[in-house]
Amino acid sequence: MARRRLTAFLVALGSLAGAAALWRRRSAKGEEHVDVYFADGSMVTFADGSDEAARLLPIARRVLSTTR
Amino acid sequence: MDATQALADLVEISAQIEAAVLAGADGTVLASTLADEERAQAVARDAVELLQTAAGGAGEPVQLEAAVSEGSVFVVRDDERLVAAVTGRDPTVGLVLYDLKTCLRLAGEEARPAKKAASRARKKKDVAEAGDGAA
Repeated sequence: MARRRLTAFLVALGSLAGAAALWRRRSAKGEEHVDVYFADGSMVTFADGSDEAARLLPIARRVLSTTR
Repeated sequence: MDATQALADLVEISAQIEAAVLAGADGTVLASTLADEERAQAVARDAVELLQTAAGGAGEPVQLEAAVSEGSVFVVRDDERLVAAVTGRDPTVGLVLYDLKTCLRLAGEEARPAKKAASRARKKKDVAEAGDGAA
């Protein structure tokens, strides 16, 4: 009986963790950011609020408004 | 393949790309999907500015994606050219970058044979001059 309750608890915990990860991933996808890729294969992400993003995102907005 | 054809193929292949500009490394427009030349120049200038601004300690960037609420801006460059493209929100980043790199490669294939031809012409001239000198 105790074993079944433990299994049910672990399944519920796993489902919750999975749902949380999916939610975080989906919400992060819509966030403003800049991904920069370098010749050596490295990549850096500048999240909204960083100094780099503050310089780069206005230029990106300008490009979008120019093309539309 | 010329720059205009490479860009036309890009827009045809990638449904996510709304507009694109192919330019020299200095921002000189080579081809554009925008009808207005001034807007194409502005996009090319901004693409160069994005790359320059993104350059940091890790060196010169070769590609970038700037995602804002209105959509995404992509810039990919090689030694001689860059291509800038605009998409809607949440594009398939890997696919767009792949298509842009393909566009750059195709645009480069036009330039390389021209360079080879120029090199061959130079060699011919050198050989002819050497022959004249020997005679």
